[in-house]
Amino acid sequence: MRDLTRREFLEKSLKTGGALGIAASGFSGQKSEAAETVMRATDGASELAITLRINGKDHQLRIDPRTTLLDCIRETVALTGTKKGCDHGQCGACTVHVNGRRVNSCLSLAVMHDGAEITTIEGLGTPDRLHPMQAAFVARDGYQCGYCTSGQIMSAVALLKEPCGPDDTAVKELMSGNICRCGAYANIVAAIQQVRKSA
Amino acid sequence: MHIFEFIRPTDPAAAIAAAAQSKTAQQGADVRFMGGGTTLIDLMKLNVETPDRVLDINRLPLDKIEATPDGGLKIGATVRNSDLANHAKVQKDYLVLSQAILNGASAQIRNMATVGGNLLQRTRCVYFRDTAMSCNKREPGSGCPAITGHNRTLAILGASEHCVATNPSDMCVAMAALEATIHVQGPKGSRAIPFGDFHLLPGDTPHRETVLEPGDLITHVTLPPPVVGSKQLYLKLRDRASYEFALVSAAVVLTIASGNITRARVALGGLGTKPWRSPDAERALTGKTANEATFRQAAEAALRGAKPQSENGFKIELAKRCLAYALRTAAAS
Repeated sequence: MRDLTRREFLEKSLKTGGALGIAASGFSGQKSEAAETVMRATDGASELAITLRINGKDHQLRIDPRTTLLDCIRETVALTGTKKGCDHGQCGACTVHVNGRRVNSCLSLAVMHDGAEITTIEGLGTPDRLHPMQAAFVARDGYQCGYCTSGQIMSAVALLKEPCGPDDTAVKELMSGNICRCGAYANIVAAIQQVRKSA
Repeated sequence: MHIFEFIRPTDPAAAIAAAAQSKTAQQGADVRFMGGGTTLIDLMKLNVETPDRVLDINRLPLDKIEATPDGGLKIGATVRNSDLANHAKVQKDYLVLSQAILNGASAQIRNMATVGGNLLQRTRCVYFRDTAMSCNKREPGSGCPAITGHNRTLAILGASEHCVATNPSDMCVAMAALEATIHVQGPKGSRAIPFGDFHLLPGDTPHRETVLEPGDLITHVTLPPPVVGSKQLYLKLRDRASYEFALVSAAVVLTIASGNITRARVALGGLGTKPWRSPDAERALTGKTANEATFRQAAEAALRGAKPQSENGFKIELAKRCLAYALRTAAAS
């Protein structure tokens, strides 16, 4: 058997763990059509049933209400392109789109988004067909270590639809929620401006 | 994060009934409303906030911005900061509010944060956020290490011997200058709270930050009709150019006729234990010629009662210059 890649290993182990988690936990959540959801999680093992539409695919999940949207995406759904940096809304590495708007997934609970449409970096493009913003980041060398890059790109794609002045200063202001410790800022701004000008 | 019960109330009445079971009011309470979560979830991860019940109010019908019959604006409690800041009428008539919000946080957080949550935003004092430390706000009676410790970013106005924590909100500073009204529904009915009466000074009860009672739900904020021809500006000074809390900030709303200031509203941020409206500065401006001498006198008046902590004496001069600059720039606009 060939060696698993790191991504394949993560996907397999997370999916297995997730399935065991559901089997082992007592599900005590009640969910009514009236949209009142009561979740009693007093035993620490209770889970709540939610549906998230991630990158166009419905995921029916049972999760602890304490699970952040970030941990849900990475650990439960095994989409690890979204990164955990500070886990306190200070770095932007966890940026995803919820119903078309960019948010810090670390500062939100997954249960708050039952029924929501979520887009992660995996939903933007593929290695063969990059999203124009992904292609621009490659062309302009908008990264070094790459850890912040998926958050930077998710922010940059959202920015295209937001009120933003034409100059670099306006782009920098609207990108200030995404920290890059390598300091690739100049090339990130260049990549975003390349996409904006070609649009 | 502590275990909690997650409840999505069907309507405001259900939310109020559930929250009314709380022993204390919203901040630090055992039953908490959840809006954007940008402050609350952060503090729950730090075990600073440990609610037993979280009431998700995001699907309640409190997300509209509407004109009021008197020509003002009604802003629902769950309106997101980015929607409020980019609303055409806010940009036209209440520019200082739009500017204040866009100077706060990041684009992602503004997409999440709600008006109601911003009214209840909690301090960034490092001792409050660290459960290994004492804090009279978090644990009444435990002491305030900030007074003799790291207080560079903390308050120079409104502090007490028990707490020197700064209110971090930008939105609130603009709302103070615009004389907003906060509308609350609670177990005993609804009431309207003038902005200046909403937040409390720390005194010897720093854990109590607002006049809210258990079960009180902020439903909306109203702004009075716009002041025709007013000149407005929010100026924020901070350690980095963006995505940083204010060291000092100023919100000014001026009406100037033939070179004279006929009406002035001034509020300061980043330096008070609550959003700091300055009637003294307003008096120093009203009826005076709009010139440099007047602006400097107003700045002196605004900071007259300021008491620096060990590390933040610089804020007094910085705030004076910030306010004078804001007045000068607004007057010239």
